[in-house]
Amino acid sequence: MSTLPTAKAEPERSGFIGWGRVGLACVVVFALVLPFMSSGYHLFQYAQVLNYAIALVGLNLLTGYNGQISLGHGAFFAIGGYASAILVAKFGMPYWVTPPIAGMVCLVAGFLFGLPALRLEGLYLALATFALAVAMPQLLNYKHFDALTGGSGGLQLAKPGAPFGLPITSDQWLYFYCLGFAALLFLAARNLVRGRIGRAMVAIRDQPVAAETMGVPISYVKAMCFGISALYAGVGGALSVTIVGYVSPDSFGLFLSLSFLVGIVVGGLTSIPGMLFGAWFIEFVPNYADQLTSSLGENAKALPWAVYGVLLIALMFVMPRGIAGAVTAMAARLQRFTNATKRA
Amino acid sequence: MSPSALLRVEKVSVRFGGIIALNEISFDVGRGQICGLIGPNGAGKTTLFNCLSRLYTPHSGQIQFEGRPILKLARHEIARIGIARTFQNVALFGAMSVLDNVLVGAHSRGRQGFGAAALRLPATRREEAQLRERALQLVAEFGLGDCANIAAGQLPFGTQKRVELARALASEPKLLLLDEPAAGLNHEEVEHLRGEILGLRDRHGMTILLVEHHMNLVMRVSDQVVALNFGAKIADGPPQQVQSHPEVIRAYLGDAA
Repeated sequence: MSTLPTAKAEPERSGFIGWGRVGLACVVVFALVLPFMSSGYHLFQYAQVLNYAIALVGLNLLTGYNGQISLGHGAFFAIGGYASAILVAKFGMPYWVTPPIAGMVCLVAGFLFGLPALRLEGLYLALATFALAVAMPQLLNYKHFDALTGGSGGLQLAKPGAPFGLPITSDQWLYFYCLGFAALLFLAARNLVRGRIGRAMVAIRDQPVAAETMGVPISYVKAMCFGISALYAGVGGALSVTIVGYVSPDSFGLFLSLSFLVGIVVGGLTSIPGMLFGAWFIEFVPNYADQLTSSLGENAKALPWAVYGVLLIALMFVMPRGIAGAVTAMAARLQRFTNATKRA
Repeated sequence: MSPSALLRVEKVSVRFGGIIALNEISFDVGRGQICGLIGPNGAGKTTLFNCLSRLYTPHSGQIQFEGRPILKLARHEIARIGIARTFQNVALFGAMSVLDNVLVGAHSRGRQGFGAAALRLPATRREEAQLRERALQLVAEFGLGDCANIAAGQLPFGTQKRVELARALASEPKLLLLDEPAAGLNHEEVEHLRGEILGLRDRHGMTILLVEHHMNLVMRVSDQVVALNFGAKIADGPPQQVQSHPEVIRAYLGDAA
């Protein structure tokens, strides 16, 4: 039996309460209230969670849905980030027009990378994308690009304030700015996976030969999937650079790419909303691990990554289908419970 | 050879290394006919199927569908011109629901691309609703209504074969290629399958090419039977005639017969 999560069977209709709707409403309210409950660095971190979540949705479309493994999505995050920074710092563009442009640049880059990647399956593709992640920081540091990229010093960007005289702080504004993009891109991804193309993507993952005889142009769908996936990572990178206000080659190391893979597995392969959990995990859990080991005293201080590792293993044992899988299972149980009480 | 043949296979040869899998095979299948393709294991039946769905390209020969050569088409274009198939070992999309499997079968009947799908334009919704309605009809027709939302990989084998059939029909094919549809089915299921095959031809006007080892089934549903052995055609004609053909008997029973 396949270890991949089974496609979402449509939820049992209750006609009473849809727990999925309740969950969505809670998330929306929480996301809107959050910036008024916290501030400063925490709010910055929440905005960064949204940016990571966008990148994770992209990677999940590619890996979870289409079955192409990428260990190099940090590289597209970097391309998007640099595209945005260069457009602002060198061409004087307003920061808010750069995410779509960065996304388009990454769409093209991803599509072009996806074409030769068509010949590579599974682990071989993982290696090729790994090479991309390894090479990217050095490419960004390449001295002939210095005039654009600022070399190893990187590029500094001014922190934008709230527009139209809105009575909110800069941090709050930037959070909403990221939230807007995240909402749009989550919606688009949800639409995509529920339609003809999304079905074709999964069909290619499960049975490429059968998919092709059903009329799915495999090469095109796979390469486009790579492009779209890179687009998401690129937009995430562009938003991230705006809120960080600084970009350098070291911002996008190999660890970022690996974190993205951790994020989609923790969040739940073939789940779109799950990517919020995955992004929360990769942004916050290293911090928590750090705090935990600090509080345990001198002897544990050197071990935050060991704690992170243990947490990761424990999570995979408890929630083999990621956090989204666990939540779905819980919601299904609730649904059965409410249906049963309604009948009784 | 009738000029009105829906499918015309002309001198098709396939070699794998030094092995000749198909040697100048020629036959026609007329519109609305059920043609059985028989032969011992390794005779080349599935190889021929794979040529028809463009998974293999013959070294020589020609295949025409509605008078049009198909060997220049890409694999994914075969569904659109009206050829659909099932697979010997059942190639369902295991993690997808039964309904989604059937919807993938209708891929060639849809148009929405990445952009339209992501934006969920009105035209996209309409198309999606149409595809879904048609898929639900097929699901009901094949008695799969109860498991429409269950992952196909979790179903028993006999049910999976019905899902495959429903999925193949979703592309509204003119020619249906069935690769051992009776394999692994019990007696009752085979009888049911016989009714389904005849129904497809009689109700949907479909032309069917059938690879099958279940002789009883082949002989009872086919209008025409083509027998292969070691990659060569040894007989072609009405079932009774092929059944009693000395070459066919020798192929199945050996020289002792």
